[in-house]
Amino acid sequence: MFSFRKSALAIMAAAGVSGVMAAAPVQAQTLKVVMHSDVKILDPIWTTAYIQRNHGYMVWDTLFAMDEKFDVKPQMVDKYENSADKLTWTFTLRDGLEWHDGKPVTAEDCVASIKRWAARDSMGQKLMASAEGLEVVDAKTFKLKMKEPYGLVLQSLGKPSSNVPFMMPKKTAETDPMQQIKLEDVIGSGPFIFKGDEWKPGEKIVYVKNTKYKPRAEPANGLAGGKVVKVDRVEWIAMPDIQTQVAALQSGEIDMIESPGHDLLPLLAKDKNIKLLSFNPTGNQYTFRFNSTAKPFDNAKVRHAVFVAFAQEDFLKATIGDPQWYKVCKAPFVCGTPLATDAGMADVLNGNAAKAKQLLTEAGYDGTPIVLMHSTDLQVLTNLAPVAKAQMERAGFKVDMVSMDWQTLVARRVKKEPPSAGGWHAFLTSWVAADILNPVMAGFFNASCDKAMFGWPCDATIEKYRDQFAKETDPAKQKQIVEDLQKYWVDHPTHINVGQWYAPLARRNNIDGNLTAPVPVFWNVTKK
Amino acid sequence: MIDFIARRLIAIIPVLAVVAIFVFLMLRLTPGDPAAVIAGDNATSDQIADIRTKLGLDEPIWTQFAIWIGNVLQGNFGESFFFKKTVAELIAQRVEPTLALAICTLVFAVSLSVPIGVMAAYRQGSLLDRAVMGFSVLGFSVPGFVIGYCLIYVFAIELGWLPVQGYVRIGVNFWQFLERMVLPSLTLSVGFIALISRITRASVLEVLNEDYIRTARAKGLSNRVVLMRHALRNAAVPILTVIGLGIAILIGGAVVTESVFGLPGLGRLTVEAVLSRDFPTIQTVILLFSVVYVVVNLLIDISYTLFDPRIRY
Repeated sequence: MFSFRKSALAIMAAAGVSGVMAAAPVQAQTLKVVMHSDVKILDPIWTTAYIQRNHGYMVWDTLFAMDEKFDVKPQMVDKYENSADKLTWTFTLRDGLEWHDGKPVTAEDCVASIKRWAARDSMGQKLMASAEGLEVVDAKTFKLKMKEPYGLVLQSLGKPSSNVPFMMPKKTAETDPMQQIKLEDVIGSGPFIFKGDEWKPGEKIVYVKNTKYKPRAEPANGLAGGKVVKVDRVEWIAMPDIQTQVAALQSGEIDMIESPGHDLLPLLAKDKNIKLLSFNPTGNQYTFRFNSTAKPFDNAKVRHAVFVAFAQEDFLKATIGDPQWYKVCKAPFVCGTPLATDAGMADVLNGNAAKAKQLLTEAGYDGTPIVLMHSTDLQVLTNLAPVAKAQMERAGFKVDMVSMDWQTLVARRVKKEPPSAGGWHAFLTSWVAADILNPVMAGFFNASCDKAMFGWPCDATIEKYRDQFAKETDPAKQKQIVEDLQKYWVDHPTHINVGQWYAPLARRNNIDGNLTAPVPVFWNVTKK
Repeated sequence: MIDFIARRLIAIIPVLAVVAIFVFLMLRLTPGDPAAVIAGDNATSDQIADIRTKLGLDEPIWTQFAIWIGNVLQGNFGESFFFKKTVAELIAQRVEPTLALAICTLVFAVSLSVPIGVMAAYRQGSLLDRAVMGFSVLGFSVPGFVIGYCLIYVFAIELGWLPVQGYVRIGVNFWQFLERMVLPSLTLSVGFIALISRITRASVLEVLNEDYIRTARAKGLSNRVVLMRHALRNAAVPILTVIGLGIAILIGGAVVTESVFGLPGLGRLTVEAVLSRDFPTIQTVILLFSVVYVVVNLLIDISYTLFDPRIRY
């Protein structure tokens, strides 16, 4: 078989040039991966985008991390304690932690990092609102003093997904939270070192093993445990075309695709050199978001009618198709997690159009057309809006489905104008399960009016439950609060969960060791 | 001639001014908010508003335009909203793959399509002529990305002769550069070959019926000399015009081809910038493409004088 590469080498050899070529060095183990997006921004605190979160896990480390069972474990922290009055938390860092430039990691760095993260992250904001302050005790120790007992201190510092409280050097962490950190400041203490000189946006981003990194002694478990790097170099190749990604994986040019499209999974499953791996067992959740300020969705009964009208499986079949990759799950805090419960959910999500119609009549729905934004360019979202439209129309709603690209939708969803003047009533999106594990973390449960996310629900009762949950330190009581909240929320929904879905990664058979975690991480991964 | 070139160069200024105003207004008037894109899915409205302020997007549109055009006139094309790099740096990084793709495609397409077109004209009605015409129809009709996928399947996956995707800079490894240029150039060439071969055939056919061709043949010149020295030279003007117009097709085609083959060129930069509403990058790339288009057409106009002595400026 003719090979261009082999022929070229043969010609060079024949021309006698091969003799001047240096002896090939021992090949470093390089993992070539196509992620779901190219890395254009380097600051994981500045944006909540998932690709920056994944980049953050390569370069920076966290004080705490969540394991496979959703328990928060110390990571950079060696030991921690909470005072008897539950108001003072003391954290001591592990020995030997170093930034990539060789300087030691100090408590001052961590305090500055927590402050910057808390300025951007909603869970961080809630934590700091209950805090009296942070105090450096010595080079390795700092304290977090609370105004009142707070049940989510560890969950906040061990938050697994965007924004993750990554620890950065003090100088970097003092960057204005509204500004990006500089390229030369991409220095962490994590298991990989970012190669700024090899970063070519639109082409690739390169990380090399941090040989000075001191992993914890415990085995890797979820995002927690020892981060032992088993390859020399990881390259994230920018390859926008899904079909080309699959071809490159089949030909062995790349080792892994983080998120191959669902329609190409059967093709990959047939290839004996490739394995599909569902590394994130909690997956993702499709969500229908109301604009609670726009009539008729300012009426909780009308929103509840949509809840009654919807049936999850239709959404999942239309978008994912293969039941292997989706799950009908009524629990808003994600099936398979500690706070998953069906409390209050018996009468909703059953596709009961007749009941929904009756509720609409009772609510006095006047036939106002619902402006449903339909994003057309992201394959995992495209078919959701037409299903929502059909189910709502069956229940008696008038629906005006407006198609647009995702970025147009993103820009429009922050507009508070009436739907008839460029605003909106509803749209569908998807959450990574790790972002919605409890009512404080889950952004769409925030019902603090103007301070809430787009949709701006304003509900004092939901806010009361969220506060109670945050301040409760007993897990059993936290679960009870979630059940009470959920029963109330079903009748006063801020959004609707329309099904859970999974996106496996595809890797060649010589790759192993991917961890079960809500985020694709590259420590522990081997390449034979 | 110098007057002509100077006049044409001066004429570029109003063209660019119109392009600049048009692109700026289009971007501001079409939906999409870079601040919302930057902030990510979990951001609150306040966070998005803060980012908008930092980027200067809350200023009145004419203030934004004045600031931008003032900077451009000083050679400062601004900083990308996303990459934390100047747009000039970004373009410098991305220009090589696109230039390489364009040159390889042009060389490949012209060196193949002109002889094919000439032979088709010379053997009008023959099997070769019909095959060329058939190929032209196919080349026009099949979208570039379909051709790209087919080539990848055959040459990269089934035969394993060439890599699926990627780009290696020419200075890093010439052979790997060449390997990675074959399929994208071939993909982009197909439409171009179809266009040029068809125009070449039509132009040469027209010229072959002229009296001076009959005279040349009567003088006993060989077919090769008649075709190459007399027919093709006189048919060159429309062919050159089409090649010039083809540069626009090339720019459009590069956007798709670079995406399919993972080439980190200007085409992909344009797509990425449009999708993320990176205003400074889009504005500069469109201006650059306009300059290229105008300059290429000027060069084509000048080249007419080489083939037709009757044309003088």
